[in-house]
Formats: sequence, structure tokens, C-alpha cells
Amino acid sequence: MIAGSNLEKVINSGNFVVTGELGPPKSADITQLKHHAEEMKNHVDAFNITDNQTAIVRTSSIACGATLVQMGLEPIIQITVRDRNRICIQSDVLGAEALGMKNILCLSGDHQIFGNEGSSKGVYDIDSMQLLKGLKDMRDENRFMGGDELEAPISYYLGAVENPFSDPFEYRVDRLEKKINAGASFIQTQCIFDLDRFEKWMEMVRARGLHKKVAILGGVTPIKSLGAARYMKNNVSGITIPDQLIERIKGAEKKKVEGLNVCIETIQRLQEIEGVAGVHIMAIAWEEIVPEIVERAGLYPRPKV
Amino acid sequence: MIIAERKPLEEIAAMAAPYERICVLGCNTCVGVCMAGGEKEAEETAALLRIHRKKENQSGAVEVFSIERQCEYEFIDEVLEKLKSYDLIVSLACGVGVQTMIEHVPSLRVVPGLNTTSMGYPTEQGVWAERCLGCGDCVLHLTMGICPITRCAKSILNGPCGGSAEGKCEVSEDIECAWQLIHDRLASFGRISDLTEIQPPKDWSSSHHGGPRTTVREDVRIDRGE
Repeated sequence: MIAGSNLEKVINSGNFVVTGELGPPKSADITQLKHHAEEMKNHVDAFNITDNQTAIVRTSSIACGATLVQMGLEPIIQITVRDRNRICIQSDVLGAEALGMKNILCLSGDHQIFGNEGSSKGVYDIDSMQLLKGLKDMRDENRFMGGDELEAPISYYLGAVENPFSDPFEYRVDRLEKKINAGASFIQTQCIFDLDRFEKWMEMVRARGLHKKVAILGGVTPIKSLGAARYMKNNVSGITIPDQLIERIKGAEKKKVEGLNVCIETIQRLQEIEGVAGVHIMAIAWEEIVPEIVERAGLYPRPKV
Repeated sequence: MIIAERKPLEEIAAMAAPYERICVLGCNTCVGVCMAGGEKEAEETAALLRIHRKKENQSGAVEVFSIERQCEYEFIDEVLEKLKSYDLIVSLACGVGVQTMIEHVPSLRVVPGLNTTSMGYPTEQGVWAERCLGCGDCVLHLTMGICPITRCAKSILNGPCGGSAEGKCEVSEDIECAWQLIHDRLASFGRISDLTEIQPPKDWSSSHHGGPRTTVREDVRIDRGE
């Protein structure tokens, strides 16, 4: 056991893991976020809290994470390298640990040009790989990135993201291995809509035995409408949606129901793929649907570990 | 070389508006080659400025000439007396030229007529691509001659990120993903395993983040004696 978080325990138990996602608001009023956390709390093992996702200014992930801890729930703090240099990131990680947060997810972050502060200066002092390695060394070697020693040891559970749908495809497994070597204990993938490509990627992962070294949680997002599907296909960085899927939603009488069916089918297929340790459900702006998804996918109740 | 482009005429005209004796000063080296601030562009800018000022009923005169480089004292010195006769110099040099002039001759009033954009080269007629940020610690040997600091929008050293799609950067379809290029070039040399190694965080202190840089070469300095 590294950090003793619920996420780590469920992963280690061998149960199929379920994580959810909460997006902080563009205000200091986090009532809705707390409400969504309450809605989902019996159906997920831990909650990702996004870090100014798509480069839009929101309440900080650590502030929201602290609130979850107060509620007795477990956050996975997302940390991007877009907005903070290594001084600030390490300081924030210490703060998160001090406030009881035990899971950290390391990401590059969407480029600032996509957000509502497009003229801001991107930091990118370190990249996501260096972030992972740096935080691992802080935990395992008790030293900061600059070499200075910590005054007391820390322990958190480290994760990273991988996108099997970006290019160069053949390099995506090498990069996964690199992230494992850098310190990732778990991996959450970009939203899976192209299952054939995901399965091809998993085949390559298994061929290298990487699924035994890291817990891979497949990312899913329920499609709420045809417009949402088209928007993601055309505007969200790193997401691919096959035309065939767009056609399926288009042809359905009740698009929302069909979108939900697709999501549940995807989770069921993920459960059958060797080496997939769980699912990460990103139902941003449709959080209330998560319990139904989890139940219909046969993943309820969640294990008590 | 240094790449620049001319500021919008309205901006230049506004800077020049309060002055009577104005000189548009071209610079014939880098910005001359990239067709932003050489002799021809200086003539053109002066002509446009004259028309603009006439329309606005502004008095005074706009003259124009060019020197080889505004970033070296010896070229400035050759025309020093002439420069001192103007109320305002609209410099069509890069930002270095403007600053060299005012540091060398503090009494001159110099404003920039160009926006300095980058260090790069022309990939085709009329297109200049950025290739170096001057970070002070070159990594091109690690990346097969393709600079990820400059050409990756996130300056990633362990790329590509998850936003790379079909060879393009997530920022724009007009930007090639530097890490796709690095990956492909390594592959063509049978060196893809080079990417396995985790590149450590960069030491940015050699870049601008360490403060303004001065390069000193004792071996070529002139001994000025006691």
C-alpha cells in the first residue's frame, strides 16, 4: 500500500474500479458540485476534480478536493503543468496532502488558447512526464525536484492519463510505459468512443505486460445529444468519435437514451477486455445520470474495502 | 535570422502624430531579408505615412533612409549627425535595433515601426517559420534537429502530448506536431528507443527566465588598459 486511499484499495482488491468526475464551477459557489458528489457517492470509488479544464477559469481543484474530504469523500486531484511552475506545483501538492487528499492525477492540460484567458502566458515549466517523476521522487526519495529534502515524508497515490486516440498511434504504448516508469500507479484514458482502436491499443499493452504494472481505467462519456457528439468530435482536443457512432445517435428516436445505451455497452465491453482495471465516467453536465450508468453496467454496489 | 512584421500604419501614424521632423529608418540586414524593414519597406512606410499625415492635415516632413544594421554602433555612427536632426525616428529594425540606438545615443527619440516576431527562416516565399527561442541550452541533439522548446506549443521534452492528431498540434491544424516530426525522424534512423528515456526538467535559468542575458567572451574582448 502506498497512500492507503480508497482508490488504491479497490484497485488492489482486483474489483472493477469506478471513478467519476466533478468539474468545479466558474464561481465560488460550489453547492452544485457538492450536490453532484452526494448524488454519485455510493456509485463511484473516487472523484476526479478537474484543474481548470479546457483552460477555463474555475474554482481550484484542491479547494474543491478539500471540500470533498470534509464530506468524507475521496477526491483525485488533477494537476496540469499549464498554469503552475515547479515551485507552485510542489507547494500545492504539499497543501493537498496536508488537507487529506491522497490521489493525484498528472496531466499536461489543454493549451491556454482554448479557454477564456487565451492571451495568458502558458507556464509549461515541466511536462506531465517530469511532473509524474518529480512527484514520485518527492514521495519515494523524500526530495523536491530541485534536490532539497522534505522535512517530513509524504505519501500519495499517483496517476496519469493516456490517449490511445491521439497520434502517433504506435507510440502511445511506449508512452504508457514511460509513464509507468515515471511513477504512475493508475492510468485514466481519454473518452473511448472508438472501441476497435482501444482494443488494438490494449492488445499492444498486454503484449508488453504493461496491464500488470498499472491499473488502466477506460474513460467513458455518455453522449447527451447529437449536438454534444458533434461538438466533442470537432472541438475537444484528443477525442475521436467514429462517424458510425454519430449515425447511430442521429438515427435514434430518443437520442439521449441511445447515448446512454452506447455508454453502458462500452463499459460492458471494457469489463470483458483483459487488462482493463476499471472505468472512469466523465459525465460533465450530466452528473445525475452516473448512478444509473453504474447500476445498468452491473457495477453496483461498490466494494467496501 | 530575426523575423519581424510591420506594425499597422495607424499605430505608426499615432506614434508619429505629435512630431514634425520624422525619419523612417530602414535596417538592411535580417528585417531587410524578411522584407519587413529594409530599404524598400522603409520607402513604402514613409510614403504611406506622408499620405496619412496629409489626410489628417498634419504639418511637418517625413524623410527616409536605411543603414546596414541598427544593432551595431559603427553603422549608427556613420549617420549620427543626420539622425540627431529629427524629432522622431521610426525604426524599422527589430527590437534590438531600437534599443541599440537609444542606448548608444540617449538623446534620440526612437519608436518601433515593426513587431519582432521570432528567429526563423523562410520555408517558402512569403512564409517565415519560427525555429529557435534562444533558450540558451540547445537540445537539438536529443531531438534529431527538431526543436520541441520552440515548435511544441507546450515546450514538452517528453512528447507528444495527448492532443497530437494526424501530425497536427491541438492548438491549430496549421501547426505541425513537433513530437510527431521528432518521432518520425527518430524512426527513420532506427532510433525510436531514444524516446524511452525520461528527459529531466529543463534548466530554464539559461533562458530569459534567469533574467536578461549577457554573453561575455573574454577571449575576444579588447583590453582597454587601465
